[in-house]
Amino acid sequence: MSLMKSFATGAVAALMATAAYAECEISSGNVNVLANDFPALKAITETAAECASGGATVSANHNKDFRNITVQALTPNPAEYTSVVVANSSIVPLLNEGLLRPLDDLVAKHGQGIPKNQLITIDGKIMAIAFMANAQHLFLRQDILDQIGKPAPATWEEVAETAQAIKDAGIMDHPFAFLSMSDWNLGEEFVNMYLGHGGEFFKPGTAEPAINNELGVATLNMLKELVALSNPDFLTYNTATVVPIWKSGDLAIAQLWGSSGGELLSGEGAEEGVAENTVLVGAPTVAGGSTPASSLWWDGFTIAKNISDEDAEATFLAMMHGISDKMVEANNDAAVWLMDSYTPGLAAAGVAQTAAAGAEPYPMLPYMGLLHQAVFEELPDFLQGNESAEKTLADIEAAYVAAAQEAGYL
Amino acid sequence: MKHRTFFWFILPSLAAMFFFIALPIVSVAVQSLFVEHEQIMTEVENCGPFKCETVLQVDTEATAALQEEAPLGRFNGLGTYTNRKHLAFKEVGVAWDETETLGEFMSELINLPFYKALFFTLTYTAVVTPFVIFLGLGVALAVNTLPRIVKGPTIFVSLLPMIVTPLIGALILFWMVDADGIIGATLQRIFNDPNLSLKASTPLTWMMLIVYGIWSSTPFSFIVFYAGLQTVPSETLEAAKIDGASRWQAIRYVVVPYMMPLVVFITLMQLMDNFRVFEPIISFSASAKATSLSWIIFNDLRGGDIQLFGSAGATSILTILGVAILLSPVLIRTWRDFNRKRA
Repeated sequence: MSLMKSFATGAVAALMATAAYAECEISSGNVNVLANDFPALKAITETAAECASGGATVSANHNKDFRNITVQALTPNPAEYTSVVVANSSIVPLLNEGLLRPLDDLVAKHGQGIPKNQLITIDGKIMAIAFMANAQHLFLRQDILDQIGKPAPATWEEVAETAQAIKDAGIMDHPFAFLSMSDWNLGEEFVNMYLGHGGEFFKPGTAEPAINNELGVATLNMLKELVALSNPDFLTYNTATVVPIWKSGDLAIAQLWGSSGGELLSGEGAEEGVAENTVLVGAPTVAGGSTPASSLWWDGFTIAKNISDEDAEATFLAMMHGISDKMVEANNDAAVWLMDSYTPGLAAAGVAQTAAAGAEPYPMLPYMGLLHQAVFEELPDFLQGNESAEKTLADIEAAYVAAAQEAGYL
Repeated sequence: MKHRTFFWFILPSLAAMFFFIALPIVSVAVQSLFVEHEQIMTEVENCGPFKCETVLQVDTEATAALQEEAPLGRFNGLGTYTNRKHLAFKEVGVAWDETETLGEFMSELINLPFYKALFFTLTYTAVVTPFVIFLGLGVALAVNTLPRIVKGPTIFVSLLPMIVTPLIGALILFWMVDADGIIGATLQRIFNDPNLSLKASTPLTWMMLIVYGIWSSTPFSFIVFYAGLQTVPSETLEAAKIDGASRWQAIRYVVVPYMMPLVVFITLMQLMDNFRVFEPIISFSASAKATSLSWIIFNDLRGGDIQLFGSAGATSILTILGVAILLSPVLIRTWRDFNRKRA
């Protein structure tokens, strides 16, 4: 019976897929997409692949390390890929090298319906079409908060207090976690917390660093207070580490990417009672500020400069089909989509609240990546208690300056 | 062999070495002398889903024109070698002037990325190399005395650490030492300390990396020594026995001197390999506690969105110099021995 059932479902799916083919037909051209590797992006490229029925070729390469090869892949003429799916930070190297094609003509011709908030414009030219938003925000275990009788924390100070209360009540030894692995992740936590304090990363109009100040010290002290409530292994914690710990029920409060929400709410592979009690709320504020201590991210597609106009048009059409309403409806909970047809579900609550509370977008500056890197190279020394906050901030600035001089920004 | 025949015989390998080793090294050395062009920046308005803001952006046309003129970038001489990311002459000078005790100076020095990495790299090399040699010899001697029937399987098992891909081997160990892993949990029980974590403490992380290094390299020295043992002349060993030498004496005075060339060979290989320690740092996510020169190169190229080729090149050249310095005593000794024998 169940076999028959799955067979029938398969047949229906196949029929629907065939029907869908008719919606997008591109007669010629090559479409080759380079993208990060997570389910939401795969949903897009798989939908875009339907456009191959008309004679065009559509292929995609999903790779976690995609950002390391984007520049090399788009530099030759013709470029290796016709489109790269980027985010705030990974678009920067491509812009620096001038490897992206302005999309104004294509948008005028085929993309009239795209809402303005999806257009990423730089100096008046459309350089990317954004389709999803992401941000780090709080994940809470309602049952544990009820147990100690505390409300959902709205500030980082309250997070520390609540976590301490959970610890004192003997419920968990390490109730809190965030993505504090000593790589890009830790840099992102600093960026979030510093934005929450209202800090500026650079002296206005220059690439000179400006983080060695009171706000920087406050940021570092807050991070140190939080890691004390996290597992001593915190310097090895990334999404892949924290998500399973959450599922096993050993965490009460965590700051994770919104894109983990769908998985954690679905309860797949989780202990009983964990998923039901998982609540997603916006990122907290800090130090009496009003901006959430988090940064907003978008993911969007770009089109390579060094390809023929024909391929560019085919790519644009295929990617537009990839982010069409049909894809959104089929994958509504896979991400926080920016398209109008998206119905925000529970998994989107955290990102939506964070954005609504006015969180800052991650700075799209050519030299931001260098500062981000300098932060995670030098910050572990402070978090492990080896040196003072001022010394660490001075080290971060010195490391950044050396790198920025080499890269030609200073 | 005639010189001519020898030349033709070795030409393919020479050519391969020239094209795939010598030329890339020259290229790396040249790149390390250059830094990127000055990036010409303009103020532009960026708009995204969240807001619009005025920011600096690279003027690609103007920068491309500079690039066209001098594709390698700006000549920086040895500037990259002496900056804070590498030998940090200025910072070391300041530290020397401002600190009073040697201990303070050392802690300032270790705070600089290059010296921090060098400190771990040298410790790792200095500990792992002798362990690998002694353990390898010990295992080889032990296996050699086994009855023929169990020899094959034992050799296979002893070689496993070398057969397993280094990255995978290190990852497996990393999961085992996790607080919930078999080794980590057992250690917590033995020491009765629920907060004991091999990943959280710097000395324990260093030990873990060193133990991994010994575990993964010992099979190499074992198999070389084992092959060497098969060629130890049995007459000499028997003569030693007749003269009343114990097993230990036979090893000390017959086997070990006979295997000396192999010890030199393994020392050379191990010094080179260990100085370039890399995989365990990545697999153990240990970069917050231990970095190596190879990790710095990796971080320059893969750590962020912007690749620093000059920096990576400079560290590569410094690594080659480091290996050369480490190997020089062994090489000089070998050269002397060689000359003595010829004379």
